[in-house]
Amino acid sequence: MASSTVEYAVGRNPEMGPAGTPVPSPLEPFDAPEPELGSQTMLVNVGPQHPATHGVLRLVVELDGETVVSVVPRLGYLHSSFEKLGEYRTWNQVVTLTDRMDYLAPLIYNCAYVMAVEKLMGIEVTERCKVARVICMEMDRIFSHLLWLGTWSIDVGAFTPFLYAFQQREKVYKLHEALTGARITTSATRIGGMMADFPEGWTRGVREFADNLPATLDEIDTLLTCNAIHIGRTQGIGAISAEEAVNHGLTGANLRASGVPYDVRKDRPYYDYESYDFEVPIGCHGDCYDRYLVRMEEMRQSVRLLHQALDRLPGGPMDVEDPRISLPSKTDCMSDMESMIHHFKLITEGIPAPAEDCWFSVEGSKGELGMYVVGDGGPKPVRWRIRPPSFVNLSAIPKLAEGHLMADLIMINASLDIVLGEIDR
Amino acid sequence: MPDKGSVASAPDFSTVASGPVRSRAEVPEREGPASVPPGNPTVTALWEQFPDGVLRNRVCAGDEDVVYIDPERVTEILGWLHETAGQQYDHLADVTAVDYGGGRPIEVVYQLWSIPHRAALRVKCELPLDALEIDSVTGIWVGADWLEREVYDLFGVTFQGHPDLRRILMPENYAEGHPLRKDFPLRGRFSRAEQTRRALTQDPEDYYMPGEIGERTPQVVGSGADGGDDAAGSGAGVGTEGGDDGL
Repeated sequence: MASSTVEYAVGRNPEMGPAGTPVPSPLEPFDAPEPELGSQTMLVNVGPQHPATHGVLRLVVELDGETVVSVVPRLGYLHSSFEKLGEYRTWNQVVTLTDRMDYLAPLIYNCAYVMAVEKLMGIEVTERCKVARVICMEMDRIFSHLLWLGTWSIDVGAFTPFLYAFQQREKVYKLHEALTGARITTSATRIGGMMADFPEGWTRGVREFADNLPATLDEIDTLLTCNAIHIGRTQGIGAISAEEAVNHGLTGANLRASGVPYDVRKDRPYYDYESYDFEVPIGCHGDCYDRYLVRMEEMRQSVRLLHQALDRLPGGPMDVEDPRISLPSKTDCMSDMESMIHHFKLITEGIPAPAEDCWFSVEGSKGELGMYVVGDGGPKPVRWRIRPPSFVNLSAIPKLAEGHLMADLIMINASLDIVLGEIDR
Repeated sequence: MPDKGSVASAPDFSTVASGPVRSRAEVPEREGPASVPPGNPTVTALWEQFPDGVLRNRVCAGDEDVVYIDPERVTEILGWLHETAGQQYDHLADVTAVDYGGGRPIEVVYQLWSIPHRAALRVKCELPLDALEIDSVTGIWVGADWLEREVYDLFGVTFQGHPDLRRILMPENYAEGHPLRKDFPLRGRFSRAEQTRRALTQDPEDYYMPGEIGERTPQVVGSGADGGDDAAGSGAGVGTEGGDDGL
């Protein structure tokens, strides 16, 4: 395997840590004979409006006392039918729909979509564009993981890491805004390139962010990783074996926490990811705690990737120099009739795609993000399908939560790192 | 959409497919094992193992192997791909469907990935519009559960043997049909007022009564919801079936 296991300097409770430091013991469950109660189960409705469901997710939970007997997730509260809407838009217009699905990592979605369409059309983007998209995607991977980290720590009962994480997220928001003018709905990519080249000094801002992030991660690490309450609430909770995780279709950190080193960046490299030096962290227990560790390490690896990508960012044009794909410059449009006609035709007619289909997947922040695009020779997609990683990850929650306590269900849900905009689409 | 040869108004792609845009010759789709030289050895193995189950294969977007198989034998062939030592397609990345419109069959698409062998394969089954039924692969990959429910919900393809075939994204009492079908209008079949009325009259308590969890039978969508034929003209007429108890 190209990926390597990252060693964590954290022992499993109640053992000693590898460094010899004692790991604080979590609270021991009170062991007393329980009185005989009736066998009637109770139904509890979690959500759709509840902060611990991380969106408009509704979980119908059947409880026996405090133990979860079954979970039935109900979706669709945020269903916007993006796939249907996409069939009525030209290939470039669909870009605006992609960032509204995963508003926690919009640039990854922007990039994944255009990468699929470019593969369908057989377009090779410029070197600068490739590295630029790697920077965007790794930045948004951290962006998304930071939100997960904040909400995760709130679910476990710690408020401080949430503030630390959001302080860093704010910097990415500002970078988004400087790059695209929008903080969440970035729509930064176009077929054959980007909406615009990086603004002046933007890469310096990214570098600054990447420089400062590890200190924040270390602080949060100190607060959470060896925290007794955190360990007690997450170790051994929601564990899933490697075979089951693969069979359930889990991807991303949820799969790697079970010990399967499947990372699209390593297994099916795109944009020269094979030439970057980074490691894929994997866990060995597949429980909530391992998912936490894997995501924490992924952020550090993304920082490494950011530095390498910033170092190698070449000059040159951002967009492909092909008049059938790229728009002429605005200055030309305003001064030159032919350029204006050219601009008008590209915008109104769109770019035709061959009558084929294409599947392209990237390693999103939530898991394997697949884009399946079907063309018919015209400028609009016949079908545009997203393989939603958190949709598939969430489908394992009945299996993960069964037999655990109600409070554990909240942690299991948090550990899956879902975003409802993408689940419901 | 009509066939690629007969697109009248759309720009002609053949004029575009030259220059920097990589030209891709029309892929022949002939019957027989040697029709298209595949990049993935699994395709050859499939031809040898299931000479009458595999219908044809093609290569899409440069390097993606697509195999069309007999819908009747989907669990047999996909099970073989999952279990056989040399194949081990253990990761079912996606199950989806494509409706090309114009009466063409609906394609059910299985996107497979083998984690040990790092190989991708796309398997397609073509279902004619009057027989939208196919066996469920939940027995092979548990993860197919929600993906198949979504295809059922949005395309109306019934998966035989699925443990819990209900709508997943649309409400359970949704009676306008299957939204991702090409004959489904973008704004739905009912008027906006009727859609609002239906949304308000649905009773969420219906869906989690004690004892119903886990032993629900697949919900049969009303006959008016099955496609374009009869539901298309039923603007306000169908609205009465939802009952007037809510408003």
